[in-house]
Amino acid sequence: MTVEAARTPGTLQRVLIYAVLLLAALFFLMPLAAMVFTSLKTMPEITGAAGFESNTILTPPQAPSTEAWGTAWQSACIAVACEGLRGYFWNSIVMVVFAVFFSVMFGAINGYVLAKWRFRGDNIIFGMLLFGCFIPFQIVLIPMARLLGFLDMAGTLHGLIFVHLCYGIPFTTLFFRNFYVTIPDELISAGRIDGAGFWSIFFLILMPISLPIFVVAIIWQFTNVWNDFLFGASFAGADARPLMVALNNLVNTSTGTKAYNVDMAGAMIAALPTILVYVVGGRYFVRGLTSGAVKG
Amino acid sequence: MRTLRRYLPQLTLLPSLILVAVTVYGFIALTVVLSLTRSKMLPRFDRWEGFSNYAKVWNHPRWEVAMENFAIFGVLYIGGTMLIGLMLAILIDQRVRAEGALRTIYLYPMALSFIVTGVAWQWIMAPDLGLERAFQIWGWESFRFDWIKQSDMAIYCVVIAGVWQASGFVMALFLAALRGINPEILSAARMDGASAPRIYWHVIIPALRPAFLTAIVVQGHLAIKSYDLVVALTRGGPGYSTELPSTFMYEFTFSRNEMALGASSAVMMLILVTVLIVPYLYSELRNDR
Amino acid sequence: MAALSIEGVGKVFGEAEVLRDINIEIEAGEFLVLVGPSGCGKSTLLNMVAGLLSISSGRISFDGQRIDNLEPKDRNIAMVFQSYALYPAMSVEKNIAFPLRMAGLPKDAQMQKVGEVCALLQIEHLRKRKPAALSGGQRQRVAMGRALVRDPKLFLFDEPLSNLDAKLRVDMRTEIKRLHQRLGTTIIYVTHDQVEAMTMANRIAVMEGGIVQQFGTPAEIYDRPANTFVATFMGSPAMNLLDAVVDESGTALALGDLRVPIPPIAAAPPPGTPVKLGLRPEWFDVGGAGEGRVALPGHIDLIEPTGPDIYASVEMVGQRLVTRLPAGTDVTQNTACTLSVSIENAPLFDAQTGLALYAD
Repeated sequence: MTVEAARTPGTLQRVLIYAVLLLAALFFLMPLAAMVFTSLKTMPEITGAAGFESNTILTPPQAPSTEAWGTAWQSACIAVACEGLRGYFWNSIVMVVFAVFFSVMFGAINGYVLAKWRFRGDNIIFGMLLFGCFIPFQIVLIPMARLLGFLDMAGTLHGLIFVHLCYGIPFTTLFFRNFYVTIPDELISAGRIDGAGFWSIFFLILMPISLPIFVVAIIWQFTNVWNDFLFGASFAGADARPLMVALNNLVNTSTGTKAYNVDMAGAMIAALPTILVYVVGGRYFVRGLTSGAVKG
Repeated sequence: MRTLRRYLPQLTLLPSLILVAVTVYGFIALTVVLSLTRSKMLPRFDRWEGFSNYAKVWNHPRWEVAMENFAIFGVLYIGGTMLIGLMLAILIDQRVRAEGALRTIYLYPMALSFIVTGVAWQWIMAPDLGLERAFQIWGWESFRFDWIKQSDMAIYCVVIAGVWQASGFVMALFLAALRGINPEILSAARMDGASAPRIYWHVIIPALRPAFLTAIVVQGHLAIKSYDLVVALTRGGPGYSTELPSTFMYEFTFSRNEMALGASSAVMMLILVTVLIVPYLYSELRNDR
Repeated sequence: MAALSIEGVGKVFGEAEVLRDINIEIEAGEFLVLVGPSGCGKSTLLNMVAGLLSISSGRISFDGQRIDNLEPKDRNIAMVFQSYALYPAMSVEKNIAFPLRMAGLPKDAQMQKVGEVCALLQIEHLRKRKPAALSGGQRQRVAMGRALVRDPKLFLFDEPLSNLDAKLRVDMRTEIKRLHQRLGTTIIYVTHDQVEAMTMANRIAVMEGGIVQQFGTPAEIYDRPANTFVATFMGSPAMNLLDAVVDESGTALALGDLRVPIPPIAAAPPPGTPVKLGLRPEWFDVGGAGEGRVALPGHIDLIEPTGPDIYASVEMVGQRLVTRLPAGTDVTQNTACTLSVSIENAPLFDAQTGLALYAD
């Protein structure tokens, strides 16, 4: 329902409302515009060299060129190698696929148990898991580095996937548990009487109606793992670096002149997958954000 | 077999529980222990320092800057996102056209990585080529915007980028809450002759209390954790003027090999979060069933 | 041999004892209704028979075989739930076939039995639909079909009609009763509606506060309530309970100045004992006393016509009671009148314990 009673604004108020909303929209779009424009410009245009004196970061490119995108993708120098972002992009893809798959599966089953197979102390366990959503990850960095070394996963992609699994489970459990408490218990009882066991009830009765929450959990985990920097920077070796770490290295290398167009193309490459997810599954994305913050 | 089946649900929880018990609670304990030792590059448990590491961190000039920045960033970031988020939510709720498009525009930054946000804003706020130049070319010759290069102003750049990224989320939160208000209450208020601003002030805003609480907790917790944004935007600089507790921890642990000090600062961050989160979680769970 | 026997069953949740010493026995083919207000423990008891809840004490056996330690699926029972609990992602026929599928029946055998059940319940045209596309009454039928398809020894119904509108509820009530007569299965049926209990049951267990207040046939429950709770819970409008004292003669009750003989079915307690006299609203009539009837002067303070009857609220001997008079009876609001009431079958209750005092 909408706030009916309090909205009878007059014409002047209407104009004012739209003005503020439009201004805000410009503020939110401006960085994206700057990024896209810059990534399509050549360096002389960016620096306002002869012929481009009136160029600003918010002027559309006069002669759009995808050269910077190509450079960012395959030949920009990051640390010692000059092979662009593509290898790191692939690292991130692999990392995301496995981390999302496992954390969502674990979360779904945990949520199912915590919501539908109540036992003594289940709420305490849920609370303990929930706390894992909120810890500042700095508190686990040092021991995790030791554990990864101990498990012979230091610096590897496996290790990074493991880390994301550990700290993704609290969130996915929260999503699924809060979804499954809204499903009537009688459905589980009916299944038990009809002869379905723990797994049959989950896979045959609940899974087919859980699509919305799977989408929410997958989107949430995808964006979180894809956008992560701290774990990648702390635990990934040269071969296993995810895209965000590579992007930061690309942009913040202090050698040579800054190629802003390549930086921005790189940032766009890093941003596109999550923007795509957001555009396609926006509704679920919002639900994930808000229910990740609060219970259902 | 029978007992196995009986405890199957609990057994399926076990892998996750072990993972979380070790990697959350075990690791917190380990970090606390480390903070009491004299560990440098490697952990060592043969020399105990007691709480002196905490004293060292607390009195360290960089930590002082970090805490000061954290206070500035925390207050302005939370306040800014709340203010903008609430305003946008109320305005968007006035049955405006293109609501869907506006919501999409306000919220998309939340899909971006803090690294991307940092990179973008670093470029926008670069004095020579960014907004400063744009305004000068558009005719405002004396326009100056070089905060990112000034030690005493750079933290505000972090605030701007942070507010840009997270306001949409707060808006979504408030909008959902606004739409959840029972319309009968509003009809009753209108029937009693209350004007629109009065209804907002006395009926609607109080009804948003849970959303306020959630926004404060979530944003506060993000503010304490935030690391990527500073790294990508200012790398903690100029100098260490945009140091935050998170960058302090990383710097001392991984760059300076002062593991015990890093651990101490991490514990202090955890305490900050806990003070914020635990009462909130407690009330959420208690009202749950 | 009793088909189902529940012996000394109790249930404890943490510190709270929700069921205490339940003893119920029914024969094969009987229709048992557990009735009581919400929170009386009737659904808990049903869930314990189903095996969805464990029992804390006592034993439950079926055909002489102990079942309380078996899994629900091994108890040879089927259950219809209040919300119907149809599996949302499955079509009607898949819902009905689900128990057979779990039992490992071959596909064609499943479909044959589903066909039979759908024919019996006249839902063949709905077979391919999803539950969301069904009306309340149709869902109810599908839920019954899913229960019927397994040919169970015992049917459990958990308030199956409470989500239907009033008219449909009456239709389905008749239909369930007819189905019971046709199939002759044993049924346990939980409801809070005393009319449902009276109309459907062979046996009723009236429950309150976690114990069975009275267990008997509908006639026994209605005509010889064991205590004031059963007396007032069964019947609408509820039975009037008049405060009285046994007078010095020991053969009459004193209601204020009025003397009423002790009803023939009641045992007379010693003189001076405070008691409650139970009078059903339908026992009243206008006009003076006759054979076995007592005249009571009163004052009518409210009249509610219902169509076939008139409910008249009457104040007499300082107490208010509700009477049910045939439509057309000449009564006017706010007038004095004399009513007569039959006390042939009026039960007498001990005022302290609430227990009925019967002569035999």
